[in-house]
Amino acid sequence: MKPDSLRVLIPALSFAVLLAAVFWLQPRAMSYLGLNLLFNLAVPIALATIAQMLVIAVNDLDLSIGTFVSFVACVTATFLNDSPVLGLAIFAAAIATYALVGVLIHLRELPSIVVSLGMSFVWGGLAVLILPAPGGSAPPWIRALMTAKPPLLPMAIVASLVIAAVAHLIVMRSSFGTALRGVGGNARSVERAGWSVLKLRAATYALAGLFGVLAGVSLVGLTTAADANIALRYTLLSIAGVILGGGEFTGGRVSAIGAVIGALTLTLASSFLTFLRLSPDWQIGAQGAILIVVLAIRLVLNRQERRG
Amino acid sequence: MPQPAVIAPAVIAVAGAAKAFGAVRALDGVDFAIRSGECVGLVGHNGAGKSTLVNVLNGGLTPDRGEIVAAGEARATYDVAVARGVGIRCVFQELSLCPNLTVAENVRVLREGSGGFGWRNRAAATVRESLDRIFPGHGISGHAGLGGLSIAQRQMVEIAIAFLDVGAPPRLVILDEPTSSLDARRGRELIAHVRRFCAGGGAVVFISHILSEVLEISDRVVVMKDGRVAADRPTAGLDARGLVSAMGSVARERAARRAQPARSGTPLLTHGSLAAWPGEIVGLAGLAGHGQSEALAALYLAASSGWRTGRDPRAAFVAGDRQVDGVFPLWSILWNTTTTVLPDMTRSGGFVDRAAEAAFGAEWRERLAIRAPGMDVPIVSLSGGNQQKALFARALGSRAPVVLMDDPMRGVDIGTKQDVYARIRTEADGGRTFLWYSTETDEVCLCDRVYVFREGKVAATLGGDEVTEENIIAASFGGGHA
Amino acid sequence: MTAFAARPWIWSWIAMAAVWGATVLFTGGASAAGVTHAALTFAAFSVMVGIGQMFVITLGPGNVDLSIPATMTLAGTLSLKAIDAWGGGTLVGLGVSLLVGLGVGIANFTLIRALRIPPIIATLSTSFIFQSTAIWANRGIRIKPPDALAGFSTDMTLGVPNVAWIALVLTVAAWVLLERTIFGRRVLAIGQNMRAARLAGVPVDGVRFATYILCALLASLAGFLLASFSGGAALNMGAEYLLTSIAVVVIGGSSVAGGNSNVPGIWGASLFMFLLVTMLNTYGLGAGVRLILTGLIIIAVIVAAGGRTRTR
Repeated sequence: MKPDSLRVLIPALSFAVLLAAVFWLQPRAMSYLGLNLLFNLAVPIALATIAQMLVIAVNDLDLSIGTFVSFVACVTATFLNDSPVLGLAIFAAAIATYALVGVLIHLRELPSIVVSLGMSFVWGGLAVLILPAPGGSAPPWIRALMTAKPPLLPMAIVASLVIAAVAHLIVMRSSFGTALRGVGGNARSVERAGWSVLKLRAATYALAGLFGVLAGVSLVGLTTAADANIALRYTLLSIAGVILGGGEFTGGRVSAIGAVIGALTLTLASSFLTFLRLSPDWQIGAQGAILIVVLAIRLVLNRQERRG
Repeated sequence: MPQPAVIAPAVIAVAGAAKAFGAVRALDGVDFAIRSGECVGLVGHNGAGKSTLVNVLNGGLTPDRGEIVAAGEARATYDVAVARGVGIRCVFQELSLCPNLTVAENVRVLREGSGGFGWRNRAAATVRESLDRIFPGHGISGHAGLGGLSIAQRQMVEIAIAFLDVGAPPRLVILDEPTSSLDARRGRELIAHVRRFCAGGGAVVFISHILSEVLEISDRVVVMKDGRVAADRPTAGLDARGLVSAMGSVARERAARRAQPARSGTPLLTHGSLAAWPGEIVGLAGLAGHGQSEALAALYLAASSGWRTGRDPRAAFVAGDRQVDGVFPLWSILWNTTTTVLPDMTRSGGFVDRAAEAAFGAEWRERLAIRAPGMDVPIVSLSGGNQQKALFARALGSRAPVVLMDDPMRGVDIGTKQDVYARIRTEADGGRTFLWYSTETDEVCLCDRVYVFREGKVAATLGGDEVTEENIIAASFGGGHA
Repeated sequence: MTAFAARPWIWSWIAMAAVWGATVLFTGGASAAGVTHAALTFAAFSVMVGIGQMFVITLGPGNVDLSIPATMTLAGTLSLKAIDAWGGGTLVGLGVSLLVGLGVGIANFTLIRALRIPPIIATLSTSFIFQSTAIWANRGIRIKPPDALAGFSTDMTLGVPNVAWIALVLTVAAWVLLERTIFGRRVLAIGQNMRAARLAGVPVDGVRFATYILCALLASLAGFLLASFSGGAALNMGAEYLLTSIAVVVIGGSSVAGGNSNVPGIWGASLFMFLLVTMLNTYGLGAGVRLILTGLIIIAVIVAAGGRTRTR
């Protein structure tokens, strides 16, 4: 079996196990409505996870994605709603800033962890300036899109499938995606082959910024309002999603489909806890435990795969 | 550089090229030219400037001084893109593909295939064609992940990509130690292909430490020494001894087989059917990538603990793949040599005795003739051969009764090799045991006993006078093994 | 090699001095003593967790301890609870907090080693569990530290806050450990190339285990002292130390790629981080602008310090 398929198979299996556990606990979840409820918040998390995966593919890490998505959410609930042109201009500038951060990291050989740590303060500060208190309202069109009821499968799942397919095409199938993963695998030979690693990294960051923007916009479509701290936990969720999805921190070994599955697994985990009616004290702890259990399952499956 | 009209024009010519890295003059005024249809052997010690010259030729380095004429035009700016444009391709000594991508994706990343819909299958097909042409029966799929291939297979893929005939056709292919990871059969196939390529009007720069290969394949040999061209002669009439003396080291006679050590009691260590007794030099041979390195690593991991340091080390390890298994790149030579022996230089409370450490470094610098301005300079500033010496010092300086060596002579110059051979003999006479995996038959023939590996297992055990090149090759290939 | 390239920690000290000067100048020198005292006090906590984080980060790419905030909260909560329940004062509290640290370190490394989970994810997962345990143990009741302990943690000796003295002693010990002992050498080796370290005879698992325990112990101690200092444990008391612990390590000149670390820089960076916020507060800037400037200055410092790796 090709390593790439294996990379997706194992996350998919652990996702299926968790889903089975949910259905066993709560058979009513096995319906259009139930699935919609389970995966309600999956879309923005999946988009943020793809953004994180792009950055991880070039051996960097983005600690600012959570505050960035919060910032985008604030812009969406205010500027994009009031004057769409200005809103879009802000998004364009934000994406350009992401690209610029990539350029800076590359040119000065800076550790991405620290630069994105610094950027997380910047985005957080901008978000606070835009929306000092929770508020704003979602543009109607995005509200309509996110709450649409397509036949057969709920919106969250349809959107996740589309995100996975698009990201897979870009990152795994296109020449550009191949080159950007090449940067993660062996930047020197990519450079020697005449690519501009600078441009590749800038483009990767810009693309990550674009997915971050999509995450923020879709989040507001679900929540109808925004606040400056709305998506802070996305930083850690997105990293966990990439790893759950079979990605590795270094070496350009990532999987777009796996990342979306990882994000769905995380969403499922928190829905699962709501079903369990656990004491609020232990809600967070149980999320940690689920993360550990899923990774343990992955290890067991990995071992059996190797033996078989 | 004026070229006589009757001779084919130079694919590339450099004149007076100089390049310095800090105080080190890697190139010190080099003239070099190669014409279509020509195969030039490039030889020299480690640090003689071969790799730097290669990097100038492929556009990776801009020389501090000197002129470059490529495809008949003087080039003011000469970089990777220009070099590729005139058809110069390079296979580097360190494998330079992306291990996280498939073979086809690597073709694309190396810009040897076109993009657009279906590029993946096209790239896989072209690379397979090239592999079929050079290495028949290679068994490598174009869609295989590179990380899953053996080091020899990766080398084959890299060579095949360099000779791909798409886009700008290759006019000059530079092969830097291409056979170092290949076994004898694949090496022969490559030599045959280079001949065909040159006969068809291509040019090849062939760099190898195996002089017989260079003499066999090249029309002309360029010998480098201390950043200069020391000799530039047609191959006809040259022999290995002459080349060695041109490189500046003295050819030595092969020492006579040493007396077999007396074997007593139980073996010092065993691994499957493999066993070693005190004072033995045990060889691990066979085709490259047939499980020798894995066996050595497994032996070492079993003989040492990941949790605590035992009172007496049972084994020490000399890495061959320096970047992956050996060197700590941020450290000085000294700290790199003392990693294994450090517990012996530690006083109570875990404090490192820095005077003892420095003394150890000075002693081994002397013993192995490590050529460096001082033991405090970063190890990465040394040539590969001198880095390897530091790794030898790390293992030989320990008290371990067994030393495991994982093809440690890759990219090491002849002088160093002779020094290390002599030291190994001395230490073995003193009762130390060596397990030595080598891809060079000459080295395997120095061993008292040889295990020949095939497909991850010991296929044959040769002792004493049975250790000959013919026997090893016969055992490596086995009955009817293609 | 220039002095600057050889001493990456200098940048954090220069930045710290500049910010200190700017703050003191703004208030006409009147605030010098007060600002310095507050900076030494609050930097002390960042230094303690920063040293632990530094050892972990030195272990190489992917190694980072995200459970520091939860560990601080858990140690602060449980140690004060133990003093309240059993009596015995400071020693009991210290003992309990160090036991918490030991347990956290063992739990973290067990997951990393046994389940082969990347450390960043393993410590993230365990931090959720530690946080829940702290919430469960706290039950919303804030237990005050005994007077002697509260007094000690807020007092000064020779004009320097006691907590700063503790942090200073720990810093010197950490420097000795990293630069002069075989343990430090091995941590540095693992950070550069774990496989090469293992093949060179370094007991990789043992050293990593000890490092994760060391980090958790320092976080627990910092949590215990912080809870004593601020009059009781709060559930969010560790939150800001997640990013701070990483920031002080890197601003202090240690390489996030591992294998190359720097103890004095932790102090410069910790003081800098605190003084920066003080300065922006002094200038009367709102929360949003303060955050933005903090971010930009972190980036400016890392750009000035450069991503160059030092060689030994």
